[in-house]
Amino acid sequence: MRDIHWLSATFLLAAAPHLLRMPLWISALVTVIAAIRVLQVRLRFALPRKWLLALIAVAAAGGILLQYRTLFGRDAGVSLLVIMLALKLLETHSRRDGMLLGFLGCFLLVTNFLHSQTIPTALFMLICAWLLLATLIGMQYTGIWPGWRQQLQRSGVLLVQAVPLMAVLFLLFPRVQGPLWGLPQDAYAGLSGLSDNMSPGSLNNLILSYDVAFRAEFKDGKTPDAKDLYWRGPVLWDYDGRTWTAPRLTQSNEDLPETGDLEYTVTLEPHNKRWLFALEFPGQRPPRAIATRDMQLLSFTPVRSRMRYDMTSAIGVAYGADEDRSVLARSLRLPATSNPRTGNFAAELRSRHREDRDLVTAVLNLFRTENFVYTLTPPLLGEHPVDEFLFETRRGFCEHYASAFTVLMRAAGIPARVVTGYQGGEINPVGGYILVRQADAHAWVEVWLENTGWVRVDPTAAVSPARVERGIASALPRSDPLPMFVRGDFAMLQRMRLTWDSITYSWNQWVLGYNPERQRLFLSQLGFSEASWQTISVVLLVFAGIAVLIGAGLALRDLRGVRADPAKRAYERFCRKLAQRGLPRGAAEGPRVFARRATQQRPDLAAAIEDITALYVGLRYAENSSDAETLRRFKQRIRVFKP
Amino acid sequence: MSSQLNAVAEQINGIILGKAHQIRLALACLLARGHLLIEDVPGVGKTTLAHAIATSLGLRFQRIQFTSDLLPADILGISVYNRDTGGFEFHPGPVFTNVVLADEVNRATPRAQSALLEAMEENQVTIEGETRQLPLPFFVIATQNPSYQIGTFPLPESQLDRFLMRIELGYPDAEAERALLKGDNRRDMLLRLQPQLDADGLARLQLEVQQVHASPALLDYLQALVNATRRSPSFAHGLSPRASLALLHGARAWAYMDDRKHVLPEDIQTVLPAVVTHRLNPASETTGTSGSTLAAQLLEEVAIP
Repeated sequence: MRDIHWLSATFLLAAAPHLLRMPLWISALVTVIAAIRVLQVRLRFALPRKWLLALIAVAAAGGILLQYRTLFGRDAGVSLLVIMLALKLLETHSRRDGMLLGFLGCFLLVTNFLHSQTIPTALFMLICAWLLLATLIGMQYTGIWPGWRQQLQRSGVLLVQAVPLMAVLFLLFPRVQGPLWGLPQDAYAGLSGLSDNMSPGSLNNLILSYDVAFRAEFKDGKTPDAKDLYWRGPVLWDYDGRTWTAPRLTQSNEDLPETGDLEYTVTLEPHNKRWLFALEFPGQRPPRAIATRDMQLLSFTPVRSRMRYDMTSAIGVAYGADEDRSVLARSLRLPATSNPRTGNFAAELRSRHREDRDLVTAVLNLFRTENFVYTLTPPLLGEHPVDEFLFETRRGFCEHYASAFTVLMRAAGIPARVVTGYQGGEINPVGGYILVRQADAHAWVEVWLENTGWVRVDPTAAVSPARVERGIASALPRSDPLPMFVRGDFAMLQRMRLTWDSITYSWNQWVLGYNPERQRLFLSQLGFSEASWQTISVVLLVFAGIAVLIGAGLALRDLRGVRADPAKRAYERFCRKLAQRGLPRGAAEGPRVFARRATQQRPDLAAAIEDITALYVGLRYAENSSDAETLRRFKQRIRVFKP
Repeated sequence: MSSQLNAVAEQINGIILGKAHQIRLALACLLARGHLLIEDVPGVGKTTLAHAIATSLGLRFQRIQFTSDLLPADILGISVYNRDTGGFEFHPGPVFTNVVLADEVNRATPRAQSALLEAMEENQVTIEGETRQLPLPFFVIATQNPSYQIGTFPLPESQLDRFLMRIELGYPDAEAERALLKGDNRRDMLLRLQPQLDADGLARLQLEVQQVHASPALLDYLQALVNATRRSPSFAHGLSPRASLALLHGARAWAYMDDRKHVLPEDIQTVLPAVVTHRLNPASETTGTSGSTLAAQLLEEVAIP
């Protein structure tokens, strides 16, 4: 009864994070089942019969199939596991069932890591593991129950004792690149980040996200000014009058200029896309990644786990003065029919400014001097969005400005393209790194100027210099919605938030980011250079084997009493001989009691047994009788003793 | 066992039928210079046993019936003004004897109970600032009713600890009861009892008991037992060093009565329930485990080294 309470409670606790995520009917079913089981123990009604349980199980599996269209995969699989465990609760009659449920609960606990690997999750699961262990311990008591305090205490001691083992396994257990078995596809749903297209309004959603995009740590603390922090992401070339899209990414492996003098390390959160972000312009390629002609860094595979790479960048430079004609032609293309007023306006500008540079400056001045407003909540735009934006609404977000500026440039015959990415970031003084959130997403423009190459132009900076100098929060009107805390109104909360983020950063860096490379580094520091995972396994096994041997040896020493005197050892030989004949001596059975029992069962041995017992008792318990002669005789008797 | 002790045991066995083991334990307790607590329902022969022991050993015997209005002076004695001598004269109480039978000790108030306490522990009493030695040997046999009976003041743990052994007589088996019914009046039999020993003889035996050898191996076992009670979560608290000593003394006496000059693990196992049952409490009150279950469990769990 007590065990059922414990089991139900710990099961619900371990499943709680799942229950909050799952469809309502599953959570409700599981909770109801656990409640029924607890009530059953109290009110003593009969548990459901086997066929009913089977029926519920099949029905639940059917429900999951309908819900998720599959029985496999992360969400469906976990749902199935949770429901089946809950049903097992209704089927738990004996201690064995309880133990099984306890161990399966541990498995359920681990599945929480499929969803989240943050510190709070880890702490929560540590508590769950503690309680589960206490439950399993509680099931061991058949007679006197020492109380839940004792149970929890013992479980805690066991956990603490397991810490060295955990540390060794964490450090030495062979690490495999990526997940050992492929995580199901749906595990990456819901990761937010930039995409390969941009239309008016598409960035706004990102701006509302408080999620971390990546963190960057600059070498020697040489952090550039916020206005120079343009983290380059997808480059968008093609415009259909409304939406900008990136071309199918060409795999051309561009040589990078290698001029980067700014060194830093980026820890990128998974976003399920291939872009790796770097300050423009990147001076090197991260491992397992390519660089495209338009200076994007692309990982070989979508980034599905947290990734760390070292980068160098050169900021405030131009590149590609010798750009290919076909490329330039592509960056002049506009859909023929859209935005006619912009086209006319561009022609008019062109007639006034012969030089490309003058034209760019003129448009920026236009943005600066005319009544343009930077806002997160612009009015909706119709068929010709750039026309409407430039000449009517004049309220827009960075994507409106970037889009309008690029269209204007192209219409005026200047090669231009939209670059998306992140701008700025929050310096965390606690951890000494820059924290870039999804809310820092930004779009800007690159124009190609004769003899110079591609140059960055940020029309948003012209409209709202505060956006690039002091971040998104200061640039937007206070009435615009922003994620909590981004504005940083409360100094203390801000400080706590930064401290917490720097703890998270260290956790990511040192615990979650402990990958094969780091392990190799650690092992080579230990003296195992170039250790393959096979070697590590062998070393681990050998060490584990030695540890087990030592432990077993110590335990045996205690059991057999190596320190015991020779008389004791000889007597144990005598007992073993009798035990082989089906007469084992109980551990708490005194020699004379044992002798009496033995002679009753084997009267034929009575004389020998009594003789040996008398000698033993004399040797071990009497005064001044443990002389060598008696001991020799005692041993001799036992040698010849043939039961 | 010396012939005298044997005779004592025989004689008592003749009066209390079918309780040879308890009688042996009681004698062992006496030989180990400890006090004895007999706990059982009324009418199973507690008083008779105490009386028989005292008479057979040739000791002076006093009985104090404990009641709720018993005062310390009723136990220890009182000074009374004597007009002839013009001074106070001490009238010793019933405690000034060899064997005190404290009958139904848990019926008295704690105040009266603790008057007996000093006497038991120190073999002396202090009355009106004057300390008086009690005669030797001094032996308290207390009987008590099971504490669930109404009108009882359960002895506190500190007081229970001063009894070397606690035994239960229990109902006689059918055969013994039949013999009892057929036999003579027990009161007459008590009167006919012949002393088989005297105070000096008993003191000599007690001295010999102290000489019984306890080997290191045996002390290992004893310590293992005591440590188990201190470490195991089943017990509210472990056995005290006084309990360890009691265990050793009791086992010595038992070995002596078995005509041995050394103690065996079996001796400890035999006396252990009587010695520790009243000193052990289960860790959890709710399970209803009694001290005797705990003692049995202890013996079963601890291996003989």
